[in-house]
Parts: sequence; structure tokens; C-alpha cells
Amino acid sequence: MTTFVPPPTKTDRPPARPLALAGAKKWRRRFPLLPALIFTIIVTQLPFVATLVISAFQWNILQPGDRHFTGLSNYAFVFSDVRLRSAVLNTVVLTASVVILSVLIGLALALLLDRRFLGRGLARTLLTAPFLVMPVAGALLWKHALYNPDYGLFNGILNAVYRFFGADNGPSVDWVSNLPMPALVIALVWQWTPFMMLILLAGLQAQPGDVLEAARVDGASALQTFTHITLPHLRRYIELGIVLGSIFVVQTFDAVFTITQGGPGSRTTNLPYEIYLTTFRKFEYGQAAAAGVVVVIGSIVIATLALRTVASLFREEEVSR
Amino acid sequence: MTAQATAPAASGTVVRRVLRRRRHDDPGQDPRLSPLWTFVAWLATLAFFAPVAWMVLTSFHQEADAATNPPSPLAPFTLDQYTLLLERDITPYLINSGMASVFSTLLVLVLAVPAAYALSIKPVEKWTDVMFFFLSTKFLPLIAALLPVYMIVKDAGMLDNIWTLVILYTGMNLPIAVWMMRSFLAEVPKEILEAAEVDGAGLPTVLLRVVAPVAMPGLAATSLICFIFSWNEFMFAVNLTATKASTAPVFLVGFITNEGLFLARLCAAATLVSLPVLIAGFAAQDKLVRGLSLGAVK
Repeated sequence: MTTFVPPPTKTDRPPARPLALAGAKKWRRRFPLLPALIFTIIVTQLPFVATLVISAFQWNILQPGDRHFTGLSNYAFVFSDVRLRSAVLNTVVLTASVVILSVLIGLALALLLDRRFLGRGLARTLLTAPFLVMPVAGALLWKHALYNPDYGLFNGILNAVYRFFGADNGPSVDWVSNLPMPALVIALVWQWTPFMMLILLAGLQAQPGDVLEAARVDGASALQTFTHITLPHLRRYIELGIVLGSIFVVQTFDAVFTITQGGPGSRTTNLPYEIYLTTFRKFEYGQAAAAGVVVVIGSIVIATLALRTVASLFREEEVSR
Repeated sequence: MTAQATAPAASGTVVRRVLRRRRHDDPGQDPRLSPLWTFVAWLATLAFFAPVAWMVLTSFHQEADAATNPPSPLAPFTLDQYTLLLERDITPYLINSGMASVFSTLLVLVLAVPAAYALSIKPVEKWTDVMFFFLSTKFLPLIAALLPVYMIVKDAGMLDNIWTLVILYTGMNLPIAVWMMRSFLAEVPKEILEAAEVDGAGLPTVLLRVVAPVAMPGLAATSLICFIFSWNEFMFAVNLTATKASTAPVFLVGFITNEGLFLARLCAAATLVSLPVLIAGFAAQDKLVRGLSLGAVK
């Protein structure tokens, strides 16, 4: 939706011929690239320009006569609005907890699956399932089949355990109302852990076998091997998982829409959901657009860091070619 | 691990690559897990899989058996929920989802493959900048585009239209596809390309004989990822469609309201709509990793 090309990296392959390519030849090379480039610019950059323009207007479609230029006042609103500030905070909390927890659990699972055991292939397949279930379906499943206070599986199991030990009935916990944010985080961690596990497992499997063998021969303990060889090797993969995970989890809309509707109150309203509410419930187009611009700027900051990570992976690949 | 082994390169990098790939080639070399840790691994696996298993199990129950407390997993099985769903109105939603996903995936490939060619085999100057431009569009939240897209689509009279979703999903997936296809095409051995050209082979011959064999697994992996992301997309679908063009996830959130006991049918619907992606993902697990990491992890 906007452009922020990082400074040219030193990855350009040395030109095949020392002479500069002739103009016609240059264009012949560029030609296959153009359709994709033009399509991307139209579909992703144009809406952003439109957002910028709309953000400078006082514009509520419920008051059609009252549409006028207001300069930066929508931005003043965005930065002073309590709801939006809490949405920013909720987004940070939600994204950070989901990414950190799924990386940690994903790492543990990847370390287990990096070894041979009975049914390893099947376990790997079953573990990817949560990521492949349609996100909306997964969210509905957690809300109704697992968290539901009356007939959800969690309370059902609690109840069964209580009865097994002779009590009358288990507690009837309303998970989503009492613990809205943890309920959301757990459902999302369930969905994203397989993603992290797959990336980290690929990283573990790409470890040079002879270095591990040498470490073993030299009498390194398992812990030493892990902290001195495996972790440094995995660093790039962990970074990649965090970067990609953050990009996707920051945008979480399905789960908030389905499980908590941002509530109770606005305790789980993240930025995407708040912008959705501003647009389609309050019809404050100008404010929604300004919030959108702020989100984009925030994303640019995160993305600049992220691109650096990806660029380093990219460089490594080029060097090894 | 396809073309790399045969790709001739400077001797140092060959050695490095062979070393780096050794464990990848032969998982049988991996050390064994002790029985205790095997137990832990399976416990964790089952914990993660349990919600999916519960979903499938519940979908084969009657409503009355699905909503009991404590749960009754051994209640008699039935296909009623699936029959009901198919009799009622899930089919058009599945067709819409299929159309949006398949057409956008095809369009993505048509655009991404030539672009990837111009970024790897015959690279344009500053090709890394172009790559990062594509990637940068992926970092920007879709939600920021929702309002302008909604207004443009509304003005163009394209609300509730499957082709609107096709175009948006293409824009959403194109950067991923360009990155993935480039990473596959970059594996086409340069020396063979040059040799073919010296021998006077035309472009079609080079594409068919040299590029296609390497690109085919890449095409499969790219299609898989684009299909998954389009099939699962919810935000644009729920806000830009109403009755004619609604996709499967919109159906899911729509039919819960005011249905009384609905848990078994919900689970059946959730299972049904997740099935295509589950099957595709299980069948192509290795491709999944490479796709999700934009081609960075092999």
C-alpha cells in the first residue's frame, strides 16, 4: 500500500557482461516484470493514496451534507481517542504474546520432532492441522465447542473430573467473558505454533551434521551443543518466524470478530477490529482512514526492521550460490 | 534438494552445500528420542490435535449429544449434519470459495512466473530493489485498504461480485508468489542455461527443457500457498459480499445466529470448509514450509 524500498543491498550479481546493456535489451528484460509490477502498484498503492486523501476530510456517511476538508484534525482525534489508544495497546499485547508463546512452544516441538521416534511422520502431520483449519472455523470451534460455559469441552472435562472424584458438579467458568484476552491468545497460539514449528524444524534439519558429530566427539554436553551450536544456527530461523508471525498476527481480524467481538467493552479490540468498527458501525470514514494511515506508518517501522532480517537471509543465499 | 546437488559451482560452495544438506537428505541419521521424551512429544501432539479431533467427532453426532455436559464422545454416529448442510445452502458458498481461490491462483501464476523470470534467470538491473518492493506491500495491513477498496468497489458497482475477490486475492498473494517462484527459478543452473544458448537453442526450447523441470515443483508449491490464503480469507469476503458472492468463511459466521442447538452442524460445516486445505496441506507438507517462509527456508 506504500513504497519503502530499503537502500540497495550489495547482493546484485556481477553483470554477465561488463558492458552496460543496450536500451532495447534492457526493456526486453523488463517486459516480463511489468504486468506484475503494474498490477501490484494499482491494487496495493492506489488504495493507500485514497486513504491518505480521505483521512484529511470530515466525512461521516450518516451526515452526507457535512463532508469537508479538515486537514490534520482526524489525526489529532486518532492520537487523543481513548478507544484507539487502548486498541493500540491491545494490538501490541495480543501480537507480542501470540508470537512469543508460539515461537517458544514451536521451538520445543521442533526440538522433539528433530529426533527419531515412533510415529514421527504422523505426529508432524497432526501438528500442522491447527494451522490448516480455516481460521474462522478454528475461532468458532474455540468459542462454541471449547470455551462455551454450558457445553464447551473445557468445562465438560472439568465437570467430568469433579464428578469422577465424587463432587456434584464442576465449576462453570465463562472463559471468554472472564479471561477475554487469554482466551484469544490461546486460540491464536494454537493456530500459529505449527507455523513456527515447521520453520524451526526446517532450520534444525539444515544443521550441518558433521559439526554436531564433532561436538559430540569433543565431549560437549547436550546443553552446550544446544546453546553454542544449535541456537546460533537457529537464530535466523527464529527471526524469520518472529517477523512473518508478527506480520500476520498484527492483522488478526477473524479471531477477534468471532470469539470476543472486541469485548467485553473494548478489552480485546485490536486496531484492525477498531478500524472495522469505525468504518462499518460508526461510518466515520475520515477517522477510519486516519487510523489506517497510522497503522500503515507503524507497520513501516516494524517492516523496516523485518526487511533487514529478510535481507540478511537473502544475502546469505546469494553468497552461497 | 533437487537441482542443487547437480548444480556445478565453485568447489568451496559445493562442499559447504553438501555438508549443510547432509541431515536433510537422510532423516534416518537423526538421533533417537528416549521413551520418556517420545511420550512427551506424543502428548503435546495430541494436545494440539485434540480440538481438531473434537471438531470432527462432534460433527458426526446428533445435536442433543453434541451439547452435553459432561461430554459424550461415544454417542452414536450419524451423517445427518452433513446431509443437512449439503441439502441446505452451503454448496453455493463452497463454489464461490472455489472460484475465488482457483481463479486468483491462476491469475497470480500468470503474473508471477514471468516476473520471477525477469528477477532471476534474466535479471533486470536493481532486481533486489524490485523484490523488496513486492515484499514491502505484504507488510502493510489489509485493514488499511478496506475503506478505500470498499468505496472504489462500490462506485464501480462491483460489490458482491466474485471477480472483486479474485482481483483482491491476486493482489494479496502476488508478492508471495513472486518471492517463491524467484527462489525456485534461481536454482536453474546458470551454466546449463548459457550452454543451451551457445548451442543456439531458442527461448521456447530453453524454457521447456531447462527451466520447466526446475520450475514445476515451484509452481505446485506456489499454487498451494495462494490457494490456502485465498480459501481462508475472511475480512474482504465478509465486508464486500452480501448474498451472491459470499464465500465459505462468511457462511460459517452467518448461520450460527438464532439456530438454537447448532454445535454439531457448526462442527460439520467447519470440517467441510477446512477439508480442501487440510488435504492439500497434508499432501504437500514439504512445500508448505518453503511457501510459508516465502522461499527462504528450503
